[in-house]
Amino acid sequence: MGKFCNTERMEVHGADGLLGEVEEAEAALRSAAARDLSGEASFDAIIAADQKIEPRDVMPDAYRKGLIRQIAQHAHSEIIGMQPEGNWITRAPSLRRKAILLAKVQDEAGHGLYLYAAAETLGITREELTDALLSGRQKYSSIFNYPTLTWADMGAIGWLVDGAAIVNQVPLCRCSYGPYARAMIRVCKEESFHQRQGYQSLYVLAQGSEAQRAMAQDAVNRWWYPSLAMFGPPDAESTHSAQSMEWKIKRFTNDELRQRFVDMCVPQAEILGLTLPDPELRWNEERGHYDFTQPDFDELMRVVKGDGPCNRQRMTHRRRAHEEGAWVREAAQAYAKKVSVQ
Amino acid sequence: MTPLELADDALVAAQRLSEWVSRAPTLEEDVALANIALDQLGVARLYLQSLGDEDALAYGRSDAEFRNCQLVELPLGPSRGDLDFGWTIVWLLFLSAAQKIRYTQLAAAGDEIAAKAVKESSYHLDHALEWTVRLGDGTEESHLRAQAALDELWPYSHELTEGIREEWLSVVEPVLAKATLAVPSTTWAPSGGRNGQHTEHLSYLLAEMQSLHRAHPGVMW
Ligand SMILES: [Fe+2]
Ligand SMILES: [Fe+2]
Repeated sequence: MGKFCNTERMEVHGADGLLGEVEEAEAALRSAAARDLSGEASFDAIIAADQKIEPRDVMPDAYRKGLIRQIAQHAHSEIIGMQPEGNWITRAPSLRRKAILLAKVQDEAGHGLYLYAAAETLGITREELTDALLSGRQKYSSIFNYPTLTWADMGAIGWLVDGAAIVNQVPLCRCSYGPYARAMIRVCKEESFHQRQGYQSLYVLAQGSEAQRAMAQDAVNRWWYPSLAMFGPPDAESTHSAQSMEWKIKRFTNDELRQRFVDMCVPQAEILGLTLPDPELRWNEERGHYDFTQPDFDELMRVVKGDGPCNRQRMTHRRRAHEEGAWVREAAQAYAKKVSVQ
Repeated sequence: MTPLELADDALVAAQRLSEWVSRAPTLEEDVALANIALDQLGVARLYLQSLGDEDALAYGRSDAEFRNCQLVELPLGPSRGDLDFGWTIVWLLFLSAAQKIRYTQLAAAGDEIAAKAVKESSYHLDHALEWTVRLGDGTEESHLRAQAALDELWPYSHELTEGIREEWLSVVEPVLAKATLAVPSTTWAPSGGRNGQHTEHLSYLLAEMQSLHRAHPGVMW
């Protein structure tokens, strides 16, 4: 084998604890399936009993619509998220890193597929979802509207962006909607793998040459605040939170999750020997948490509305792939029709 | 074929295929093309590792030192600038049919890397074969595009199939017939890749692939 640091077995603390929660959610899901209240119990009773709503169950229209919006946004994020990392596959600096990155971006496409399938159980089609993304009616995570300028961004994204995604998504493994919870369990297991690989890749850079180290620090400087913004607006301004908590779609508030992420990252940054770009970052004994500077939420809003550095580029790229692939999809349909007639 | 020729075919093919990531006509196809790219990269690495330091070989050689056939270095959809999936499918049909034949022969002769690669190349071939038929016998537009790709790529199949031409034709021709595509009549047969004489495209491909690695000599990644 070629030369690389022996960081394969290095533990990323925090992420492992979260993975334990994924396993607990999986066990809970199995016991919920065994009890199977559905069919007889009302929506409210199922929610109150912490059981799963399944596609055949009666559910309030707002629950259905809210879930479609959330799952679709999540699926779109996986798909658009392929672009910033896809940007470095052809230039990956070793064959081993190339294989890891290629596999990771492929996983993201797979996540998009599971999530679209989960959304489809709520009575919407892939075509409708694709159309909603391409027309801008549905959003994707703003984090993917930032550019990947150096190779170190692959490490920083894996560590911080996949890390933030895990913190956000682990509680969704216990979400009240069965198909979403099941999709999230699969997704979270892979995301934790991504986070570990990103962290290791960044670790190698941080221990490397002066230029590599500078590249790693610069990437962390650029990705830190956008990663904090991934948890959404502060609780006081969050529009969907309260109802989602009541329906057990969401289990923690945006601010709680953001704090959890910061608390997880600080010791990891210390092991990396890299500095998180926040002079206010310090342990607060009284709270039992780190104090930190909030991300710029005005910037988040500008990016959500379409004026981030790469919004236009990402959407143009996606539309172009879709449009230039139209003749291929039509051919597949036409051929399937011919075969079924024969 | 030598291990280096096998490795370079697979490595350059992986590099081309990975250009498709996030650009395929469907999400399922994005997954499939990335998968094939990963398989090609995996085989390339095993052969390179059998020859020495894989990264020194992949990143340290210039285009004239590469021993891949010219077919694999030709720009696919993304680097052609048109995202023409039909072109990629015909290219993959040619390549995977040849790889499957060669790996099968080598595996029979005791090559362990080839033994592992045979199964993967049959999957690649099945994938390419199904799409060739769908596109060839799909719509008028897809038929025209597939035929155009076939006409352009056919000459490069000679170098690819040196020594296994008959067997390769016995795999590919029935697929083309089923896809209602016509075997091109041209006899032009460019070659030279195995001696390091390449098309203009390879040095661009390598410039991109090797740029970062070469900018930081001697470090670990
Ligand atoms: Fe993902
Ligand atoms: Fe991920």
